[in-house]
Amino acid sequence: MRDHAPVLFELRDVSMDRGDRRVLDAVSAGIPAGATAIVGPSGAGKSTLLRLLNRLADPTRGEISYRGRALQEYDPLALRREVSLVPQLPALMEGTVGSNLEYAARLAARQPAAERCLRLAGLEPEFAARDVAKLSVGEQQRAMLARALVQEPAVLLLDEPTSALDHAARDAIEATLVRLRHELELSVVLVTHDPEQARRLSDWVVRFEDGRAAECGPQVEVLA
Amino acid sequence: MSTSIQLSLGQVAASLALVVLAAAISCWRRADLERDIVVATVRSFVQLTAIGFAIELIFETDSIWLVFALLAVMLIFGAFTARSRAVRVPGAFWPLLIALSSAGAATLGLVVALGVFEPTARNLVPVGGMVIGNAMTASAVALNRLGDEMVDSRARIEATLALGAPAREAAAPFVRRALRSGMITLVDSTKTTGLIFFPGTMVGMLLAGADPTDAVRLQLILLYALLGSVSIAALVATTLAQRNFFTPAQQLRELPEPG
Repeated sequence: MRDHAPVLFELRDVSMDRGDRRVLDAVSAGIPAGATAIVGPSGAGKSTLLRLLNRLADPTRGEISYRGRALQEYDPLALRREVSLVPQLPALMEGTVGSNLEYAARLAARQPAAERCLRLAGLEPEFAARDVAKLSVGEQQRAMLARALVQEPAVLLLDEPTSALDHAARDAIEATLVRLRHELELSVVLVTHDPEQARRLSDWVVRFEDGRAAECGPQVEVLA
Repeated sequence: MSTSIQLSLGQVAASLALVVLAAAISCWRRADLERDIVVATVRSFVQLTAIGFAIELIFETDSIWLVFALLAVMLIFGAFTARSRAVRVPGAFWPLLIALSSAGAATLGLVVALGVFEPTARNLVPVGGMVIGNAMTASAVALNRLGDEMVDSRARIEATLALGAPAREAAAPFVRRALRSGMITLVDSTKTTGLIFFPGTMVGMLLAGADPTDAVRLQLILLYALLGSVSIAALVATTLAQRNFFTPAQQLRELPEPG
């Protein structure tokens, strides 16, 4: 485990079945505070892992702890507000971008800092008034990130956050993530299929293969 | 008002000509409904004849307990029938049974309490049958839509849950649409009553020789009662059924894929 970085998540022998398919197979790994990348090919179980960390689902077997306590010991709603998941497919609620941000802020009992969060996600403040049905996929993806940021979570779980963005937008989001991490001491767990993005953004890597954690360690070693 | 009308079995048999016409159209246009039309015709004859005898017995004894027993049977069959239309809703039977019972009890209770009808077998059986039948259709449509919405909108529901939203709030837009679809048919048909179609009760009374004013007044009472019962049924069914989509940890259960 990285020097001095406290363990956020600890997975012990975690398996997950979906129907008769094993999506995760006896995964044991630690995820420290800071920036961790979950890398691996499509279908390796990366997105399923994020769902488990946010408790959108529970593992079929094994145990996951967060800050030393089993996930089941937390109130699931409070946990999700603290460990916020931004899914790969944009799925905003009907209405405007602003109403989405206000709702998320209210859930987490925060002041809605829409303008600041939109800028952090690479969107102009005018986007608050835009109907979500009229946004491009890339804009929706950034609005989803802004919606998660207004909750001021302690951990951000990002599932391929730049998959629908062009290079310029991707660079802006990556710069935001680096800044958030340093300014707000926000921990990030990032699912990506792009090893270069993992190099740019993370200092700890868990590499998945066929539902198993094939490697887990410092980025410079795993992605060497 | 006069409600005397005499019909022979021969007259009923003669009306089968229209059933033959329906089967012929289905056969001609290859709608593949001939078998269903035959089944529907036989079932309607057997079921209505049986219920006719049962109602005759209940009217003769005028026992309120027999009325309740008949309504209970209708509720159970109604819930089973509606469940077959809500295949994507986990554990739909109990929400449906509670929805139909609430709608029936509230509507019949209110019309009796307001003095619209005397609580006699002759009033409660036909009105109860209409109320439960319409409530069944509305709640079946509502839950059918709810199942489709919850399956098709899984990504959006989970994205809302992922923010820490309670399951009830994550499902709210889809429950709202399901409720609306359960109610809208009767609301629309009520709007056009008298313009585009004559509802069954009014037609039946007019055919039986009743005064048109009486027929209209009774029809209005029934339409308003049905609006109430359909709303209650759709509300209770969707409110109770939406809970079955989630685990106690407010996770969306695995649902069958659309299509």
